[in-house]
Amino acid sequence: MNFELLFQLLLNGLIVGTLYGVVAMCFVLIYKSTQIVNFAQGEFLLIGAWVCYAFLVEMQMPFWLGFLFTLLFMMAFGVVLQMVVLRPMIGEPIISVIMVTIGLSIFFQAATKWIFGATTATYPQVFETRSVNLLGMQIETAYIMSFVISLFIMAGFYWFFKYSKLGLAMRATAFDQQVAQSLGISVKTVFAMSWAISALVSGVAGIVIGMVNGVSSALSVIGIKVFPAVILGGLDSIVGAIVGGVIIGLLENTAEFVDGQYLHWGNLFSIAPFYVLIIILCIKPYGLFGTKDIERI
Amino acid sequence: MAGFSIRPCGDFRTTYRQDTRIFDTTYIRNAAILGIFAVAMIPFVLDGYYVNLFIQISYFAIAALGLNILVGFTGQISLGHAAFFGFGAFASAWINNTTGIPVLLSIPLAGLMTAAVGMLFGLPAARIKGLYLAIATLAAQFILEDFFARAEWFTGGSYGAAANPINVFGYEIYDDFSFFYVALFFLVVMYLLGTNLMRTRDGRAFVAVRDHYLSAEIMGINLTKYRLMSFAISSFYAGVGGAMYGHYLGFVSAEGFTILLSIQFLGMIIIGGLGSVKGTLMGTVFMVLLPEVMESGVSALSVFEWASSTAVTDGLAYIKEMAIGLAIILFLIFEPDGLAHRWQQIRAYWKLYPFSY
Repeated sequence: MNFELLFQLLLNGLIVGTLYGVVAMCFVLIYKSTQIVNFAQGEFLLIGAWVCYAFLVEMQMPFWLGFLFTLLFMMAFGVVLQMVVLRPMIGEPIISVIMVTIGLSIFFQAATKWIFGATTATYPQVFETRSVNLLGMQIETAYIMSFVISLFIMAGFYWFFKYSKLGLAMRATAFDQQVAQSLGISVKTVFAMSWAISALVSGVAGIVIGMVNGVSSALSVIGIKVFPAVILGGLDSIVGAIVGGVIIGLLENTAEFVDGQYLHWGNLFSIAPFYVLIIILCIKPYGLFGTKDIERI
Repeated sequence: MAGFSIRPCGDFRTTYRQDTRIFDTTYIRNAAILGIFAVAMIPFVLDGYYVNLFIQISYFAIAALGLNILVGFTGQISLGHAAFFGFGAFASAWINNTTGIPVLLSIPLAGLMTAAVGMLFGLPAARIKGLYLAIATLAAQFILEDFFARAEWFTGGSYGAAANPINVFGYEIYDDFSFFYVALFFLVVMYLLGTNLMRTRDGRAFVAVRDHYLSAEIMGINLTKYRLMSFAISSFYAGVGGAMYGHYLGFVSAEGFTILLSIQFLGMIIIGGLGSVKGTLMGTVFMVLLPEVMESGVSALSVFEWASSTAVTDGLAYIKEMAIGLAIILFLIFEPDGLAHRWQQIRAYWKLYPFSY
């Protein structure tokens, strides 16, 4: 047993897992408040990362300004997307809703490849030191930053849904749309806002991952990795999304360790979450924290 | 499908038998038979490019019909159809290469093998539905893709597998001209089977499961059995289509069966019309022709300076992909019932012209 490698991989898993958790949280946010399954979540990351890249490199903005503009852009993007594409889909069967987001996903993936090219681009150096020494291990600064940002986003979500008026309105809408509407909550605004927040936070996650790995269309794979995480945690549970994300991150890296040390199969780490996904669906379809829906005739 | 079309005034159906006929009137039946003969003339009239397009349409249309039986008629969702399509291609090549069973027989056998695999991945469908099922089949897609790359005994791994050409009574079918007739034969047979399936007890059970699964169960329909059966039939069609694809190209590589192809299959049935056999064919024609039309459109626009720039010509592959995504979105927003519904409207318009009330 190579404990040092295992520990390094587990730490990696924890950091990547929290990022998965953040993206999964955005996914759950949309699902919970608008009942739409967003297969284009990965493309939000992709768009956020590329737009930030365009601001930083092609327009030569300082990092904080480019970052801020990206946030604004992503927010507007989410609202427009919801209004133009997803509002007509309210009340349509689930297959139509799924297909619309899948259509969006291939459209934006092809569009970003067309506009920005298919090669990997890197951000200009943001931090001066590339890696720091922590407990005898070298960890990239960007990783630490991503971990901190993830925790910060999670805390922000907690505050938002617990104390802010809009967050309470969103929770009320998720609980019962008709009742919420009769209490004077604008369901339309809530829908638009949940897409805006989801796009914004996913965009931030995209930038963070882009800083570590470079920006390329591979970012959108995260949008698919989210599914094992949300199913594991339960589709409509924000806490579940975080827990699921961390577990999937750890699992991936454990699979890589087992694969690299003992099995030598090659790409077990990218496929292992999907085996887990099938098993969970067979045993406990509503996940760890999800609510089981009861149907009446 | 019977049941939608417009019949002459005063032509009432008096028995259930009449209501479930494939062709509403003798005229429509004769027209359909004539149509098949007209299509059979294509290789004599048009050049190889169109023959090739037709062959593509036929194998994709067979697989898409399978998906429509699963999604449109039974109401299950599958995001892994391309993987089953690919499995059929590999299975047929494998059966033919290892056992020497003639290709014409190995194609349906590959269909049966794919049906078994489809049932395996359909097992979660016994417990879950809707969105959860969509995600389970998404996992099936990735797991099977991984399997294709890994199982060298079966698929040849990253090198791919060679598939022999079809051999009919001693004739080797290696060119487009003769393959065209094999494709036409399979297309007609599979579509007739599909249409007839929907007229049987099992077909009605599928529709009942789709419309309200709890009511269906109360009426005595075994949900698990019919869901699994639907997965099996759907995978059978995918397998047959995939096997034809493999033997047509002569070579099967593991890279061709990605999630994008699965989405294209879903696009075909959504654009054509969920729950419509005729619509499936229309949707497939649309989906196969769309990239071709985009390509000729771009080359026609290249007389303008902005369109002949390298950004447009190099990005053609991406433009095609974007067009697929956009077509799916626009159809879902503006014509969710698909081309089959639009076709009915056009027919109704001409039937009643000029007094459209």
